[in-house]
Amino acid sequence: MTIGLDHYLFVAAVLFTLGILGIFLNRKNVIVILKNVIVILMCVELMLLAVNINLVAFSVFQGNVVGQIFAMLVLTVAAAEAAIGLAILVVYFRNRGTIEVEDINAMKG
Amino acid sequence: MVLQALAFYVFAFVVMASAAMVVVSRNPVYSVLFLILAFFNAAALFLLIGAEFIAMILIIVYVGAVAVLFLFVVMMLDINLAKLREGFLKYLPVGAMIGFVLFLEILFGLGVLGGNTTTLAGIGKAVPQVIAIDNTRAIGRVLYTQYFYLFQVAGLVLLVAMIGAIVLTLRSRPGLRRQHISEQLYRPKDEAVTVVKVPTRGGV
Repeated sequence: MTIGLDHYLFVAAVLFTLGILGIFLNRKNVIVILKNVIVILMCVELMLLAVNINLVAFSVFQGNVVGQIFAMLVLTVAAAEAAIGLAILVVYFRNRGTIEVEDINAMKG
Repeated sequence: MVLQALAFYVFAFVVMASAAMVVVSRNPVYSVLFLILAFFNAAALFLLIGAEFIAMILIIVYVGAVAVLFLFVVMMLDINLAKLREGFLKYLPVGAMIGFVLFLEILFGLGVLGGNTTTLAGIGKAVPQVIAIDNTRAIGRVLYTQYFYLFQVAGLVLLVAMIGAIVLTLRSRPGLRRQHISEQLYRPKDEAVTVVKVPTRGGV
């Protein structure tokens, strides 16, 4: 009963799938319209976490530390993305008074 | 070894369960709290596998910064909670089907369902600890020499994100009375003080 690489990859796969599922479940309409932007951003964070788990697991099981460095870079980008995304969200809420994505259709054409 | 496996299963289960709760919970505040729980348990998974530095960075960055930022924004915005989640069950079948297909594809790629078993076979076994060196030291030795420019670029990314967030959310409200110290100090005397000749019993 030893924990191998497969176990970690399985956990990462489940997390990634849950992130994708969250993005789809928070859609109001199947076409372009999303629903709750904050939960969608959180689902993106979950998917990045899954990617990090994959990177770190491969790094450790291969005995190569570069994967962990890449995981740190992914973490950096995730933090930057969260900051920018939430700033956009706050600005949008300030201008329109809503963050329901069915109302965000000004650029729909 | 058994204890380690047991710990892995506990942490992995909590990670997956709390990730599911992030997706399905009705209140975004609960979603953020479950996200924090998921991050903590993922850090514990990293600790189990021996990547201590990434685990601590995960707690500091994700729980300390990102999740708190999410919590702050969720609580700052006045969201109609009941209205946000309507249509959730309506699109559950479509979303569940897409997720299920994706999950099967990932499992197939991993070779669990009898896909390619050759790629992972060589990796899954050996954990050769060649040099007796701790994880943080190993990362530092590589990060500050070979990947130094990448490290700098990561700092630049954070700087640009910080400037972008500030520029996006900064606003000048019209009705705000703010103290301008330089204007106060550079005001000439004849603007500030006027000598009025007050007539007796006349008032100003």
